[in-house]
Amino acid sequence: MSNRARQSSVLEGLRKTGVTGIFFGRLLLACVPALARPRLIVAQIFNAGGRSLIIIMLSGLFTGMVLGLQGYDLLHRFGSEEALGTAAALSLLKELGPVLTALLFAGRAGTALTSEIGLMKATDQLTAMEVMAVDPMRYVAAPRFLGGLIAMPLLAAIFNVIGLYGAQLVGVQLMGVDRGTFWSQMQGSVGMRDVTEGIVKSLVFGAVLSLIAVNEGYHAEPTAEGVGLATTRTVVASSVLTLLLDYVLTAFFL
Amino acid sequence: MRDAHYAVDGRPIFAGLNIRVRRGLITAVMGPSGTGKTTLLRLITGQLFADRGQVSVFGRDIASLSRSEIYGVRRRMGMLFQNGALLTDINVFENVAFPVREHTDLPESVIRKLVLTKLEAVGLRGAAELMPGELSGGMARRVALARAIVMDPELLLYDEPFVGLDPISLGVILRLIKQMNQALGITSIVVSHDVHELASIADQSYLLSGGCVVAAGTPQELAHSDSETVHQFMTGSAEGPVRFHYPAPDYASQLLGADEG
Repeated sequence: MSNRARQSSVLEGLRKTGVTGIFFGRLLLACVPALARPRLIVAQIFNAGGRSLIIIMLSGLFTGMVLGLQGYDLLHRFGSEEALGTAAALSLLKELGPVLTALLFAGRAGTALTSEIGLMKATDQLTAMEVMAVDPMRYVAAPRFLGGLIAMPLLAAIFNVIGLYGAQLVGVQLMGVDRGTFWSQMQGSVGMRDVTEGIVKSLVFGAVLSLIAVNEGYHAEPTAEGVGLATTRTVVASSVLTLLLDYVLTAFFL
Repeated sequence: MRDAHYAVDGRPIFAGLNIRVRRGLITAVMGPSGTGKTTLLRLITGQLFADRGQVSVFGRDIASLSRSEIYGVRRRMGMLFQNGALLTDINVFENVAFPVREHTDLPESVIRKLVLTKLEAVGLRGAAELMPGELSGGMARRVALARAIVMDPELLLYDEPFVGLDPISLGVILRLIKQMNQALGITSIVVSHDVHELASIADQSYLLSGGCVVAAGTPQELAHSDSETVHQFMTGSAEGPVRFHYPAPDYASQLLGADEG
């Protein structure tokens, strides 16, 4: 890559970061009046959260079941099967719950948000709102951002609960770990700090992923190809940022 | 619009555009595709700003207004989009009610009467519960018209309102534009290239080409104009000052070159 090409790609990267930063500022300002329309926000919580429930519950169950199997296999080698409940709970609450929920959220709700807003732009719906003196940032972008922000921690919580049930199903029902030991070990070892870490992570992921999805849709080229590309960018950027932020937040909480 | 200049990526769209729209009249803005007719409407609604010159709406220079003042100006106007631009997640009734709910605190019973009155005017009262996806193109345009007039605007902008309409819908839309102008005194700007339809309703016409006004007057005056550009546009001829073909290398040599290649 030549120096000039490198410079222009750096400049383009800076420009995009600046545009996203300004958009985020406008979005936060638009969130204040958007809070006065709870009906719109509730509808978006349903769109982003309610419609992702099945996929989140299924993924949570299978993740928990795999944790039960792998955890049992590992702990059995050291004769510590009774620690399975603790291992499953800490893995789910601190890491797997928020991260996997975020990746699934990006693939299901994030893409839906981007393509919906992108198509609204391509079909002049956003322009029509502007001409009707209705700010699309307040009516379209802010409720969707808030909906995603609220839905993400709720989905992560559901993922965790179902995941724990899956781990218990395999560990206790299938592999024969004592039920009382499974739950009491978990209760004794998992502290509020662990739960807080998971909640903070899912809140941060919710904010970042919703921002990416709404921003990409809002700035999508108003063509079929443009909306498709924006949707792809949403998934890629969301996935990479989720893993990057997970590392940063984990380091912060240690 | 006074001496308005506007360019996109250095390519001039308007180079000294002068248009004066008289209150209470129907003004037609015609021109071949790509002459910036839709851009003109965007300049009037304050979505775009002229690089040079002045665009005044209701006597106020749109470029000098704050965002909230532009929104105030937009509340006094309505716009019919080429594709209707209906909000696809709410039904026909809610689409028409949308600006009323956003800008007024009217009770639900009044909103209902208002919306049904407008839908009746466009012949779609029975379609109030349908979703936009269930409407034909012509029906969507009529719903969009009901939405555009629901706030009783002083100025109505129409972007290519006749494209793709069947003869009955076309007749209805033409009559509605005329009726609203005559009965309510709404000032209308109709941007289109449908010469004959415009001639039947317009009080004054402007013909755009090459970024400026090449002819202005009543439709009858334009029909009898000596200008070659006007004549070419009115008769729909490919030959004339307005280029039909996009610039390309010589046709014969390109075909022969393709054989050799």
